[in-house]
Amino acid sequence: MSEPAERPPTTVYLYELAWILPSIAIPIGMLAALTVTAFGAGIHLPSHGGRVSPTQVAQTAPFDAPGVRQTGSGRYEVVMTSQIWTFAPSEIRVPAGSTVTFIATSRDVVHGLLIPRARVNVMLLPGQIARVTTRFDRPGEYPMFCHEYCGIAHHTMWGKVIVEPAP
Amino acid sequence: MTAVATLGRLTAAYLTVALLALLGGVVTGLAQGLEHAGINVYPALAPVVQSYYHGLSLHGVLNVLVWTTFFICGFLPFIAVQAFDVPLAAPRLGWFTFWLMTGGLLLAAIPLVGNAATVMFTFYPPLKAHWAFYVGLTLVVVGTWLVTLNLALTRQAWRRTHPGERTPLPAFMALVTFTMWTLASAGLAAEMLFLTIPWSLGLVAGTDALLARVLFWFTGHPIVYFWLLPAYISWYTIVPRQAGGRLFSDPLARASFLLFLVLSTPLGFHHQYTDPGIHEGWKLVHAFLTFAVFFPSLLTFFNVVASLESGARARGGRGWVAWFAKLPWGDPSVAAQVLAMLLFAFGGIGGLINASVSLNLLVHNTAWIPGHLHLTVGTAVTLSFMGITYWLVPMLSGRALWSRRLALVQVWLWVGGMVIFSNALHRLGLMGMPRRTMIGAAAYIQPEWKPVLPLVAVGGTILTLSALLYFANLALTLVVSRAPYPHGLMFAEAMSGPDHAPAIFDRLRPWLVLAVALIALAYGPSLAYLLATTPFDSPGMRVW
Repeated sequence: MSEPAERPPTTVYLYELAWILPSIAIPIGMLAALTVTAFGAGIHLPSHGGRVSPTQVAQTAPFDAPGVRQTGSGRYEVVMTSQIWTFAPSEIRVPAGSTVTFIATSRDVVHGLLIPRARVNVMLLPGQIARVTTRFDRPGEYPMFCHEYCGIAHHTMWGKVIVEPAP
Repeated sequence: MTAVATLGRLTAAYLTVALLALLGGVVTGLAQGLEHAGINVYPALAPVVQSYYHGLSLHGVLNVLVWTTFFICGFLPFIAVQAFDVPLAAPRLGWFTFWLMTGGLLLAAIPLVGNAATVMFTFYPPLKAHWAFYVGLTLVVVGTWLVTLNLALTRQAWRRTHPGERTPLPAFMALVTFTMWTLASAGLAAEMLFLTIPWSLGLVAGTDALLARVLFWFTGHPIVYFWLLPAYISWYTIVPRQAGGRLFSDPLARASFLLFLVLSTPLGFHHQYTDPGIHEGWKLVHAFLTFAVFFPSLLTFFNVVASLESGARARGGRGWVAWFAKLPWGDPSVAAQVLAMLLFAFGGIGGLINASVSLNLLVHNTAWIPGHLHLTVGTAVTLSFMGITYWLVPMLSGRALWSRRLALVQVWLWVGGMVIFSNALHRLGLMGMPRRTMIGAAAYIQPEWKPVLPLVAVGGTILTLSALLYFANLALTLVVSRAPYPHGLMFAEAMSGPDHAPAIFDRLRPWLVLAVALIALAYGPSLAYLLATTPFDSPGMRVW
């Protein structure tokens, strides 16, 4: 086996530089592209939504009356509580083309709300009110899952959004 | 006895605990993989493993927390002392640390094994485990700080006899890794000391889910660098030598590690993009910093590949890419680590996807995430550590590896099994399957998941087989092997040595100050707001 080729340190320096510059440019470029597309598509992350005491959820408006209500033409609001091991409501009906805002929290441990086909993905933390908005364009059943481990029957915690053909 | 031989016993002690933890985690892991394919073995495992989630908690804690941490606390001081060529500054402290960590582990293991801490390795309150779980894990963390102290004292002792010299690269990297970890573990320590321990002992009535998560992820992302950097140390300073080459650039390696020290911590919100209660603007700041930490990863990629290339070319490799075939593929230690690097490239790409704000909404908490985790900690780290033990165990025991061929079979099985397993989980995640869920028992299995789920079991079975071959080979090395193995670890020489770097690349304090400042900037306002407004009104419960 021959000795590895000697490379003068100055050449090493040039190779380093040739790698370093694109290594800075690539992550910045990717981040810029992502930020622009995310905001361009109107995608937002959950932010401050207010607090509610986890032990008082059932007595605190709006969570004292979970359910679906229409707030405008083609606009709906779903007030939802999560608790071991159910969503309330667990079956939601809206017409196709609806814009739906979920206002949700947890009454006990950490849960999550995942509606894969509607790009809803949010943590439901006791103490915090989560608020996410999405559109349901196509009629059909959209399953929704709890996607955070929440105890022995975690895998039984699910529900569905039934999107009915527009009248 | 020489300094190195004395330390060898301490390293062997850490390694023993680490390997036992890996074995335990592998066995529970197999049951999970089979479960996804509809083969429920849990009734047969009771009462040892009382549920899917009990097994999953064992798997996560043993493999992700214990195997990694104990391996690193044994391996890095070993590397550092070899590179310094001075004894560990405080050997008694070293042994005290080992017993403190092992005692902590046993304390945490009592409720964990007894199904009183089935809270996963993330233990999000208000899931409430037995207090011994939190206290035990805290003792393990305190032990890691004492390892940092011992390394710092050793460097000081070395400095006295080597004034003006640059710290040897492997030792410097070990010290940077432990310094980074000690700083980063402050979040976890705060969560334990101020939230989970007083609450699980009944000293306070309530806790808060969000604050606990913020403190957890303060440590929870940098902890992956605590696992990864020791593998990088091997890739930078040992693998090039094993491959017959040299380290391409010592200064660039230092720069990369110092950037990890600065950038590893202030980005934990990228695990909490979907959490309510943290302002979107701060999440974007952490997204930006996550992309920044991609930079030292790219530096590592370049430097390590260039070093491997020098080895392959010295062995007659030619061409732009074809040299790759000339690496010493017959050496299981090299094969394991080069293949770990290859799969890690996919783990890195997946990591960028996770960090990308809008794409994260597709994959957060789906099966994609364990798919990613098995490429990173489950392969880049674990397969590299396996490759390291293929020389470390022979070196510590003085006996040559029992079978190199078996070791090569093991390495390739791991890669094959992981490709199947991880690919299946990534796909299931994209199809919306939640993670950490007893899918085989769920009423909501979607038709498109069904053809992919059996692959989880196939991959998991191959991985288990690979792990069992690994343990068998190590056991036979210790019991049967009679061929001697020479002592003495050789590090790769550098083409561009440490003297080509500015002196600040050999100092820690300025970089540490920068790291603290960046953490204060990225976390300060959100933490201050949470501390001022959190009512601690979640009572917590045991729901398993």
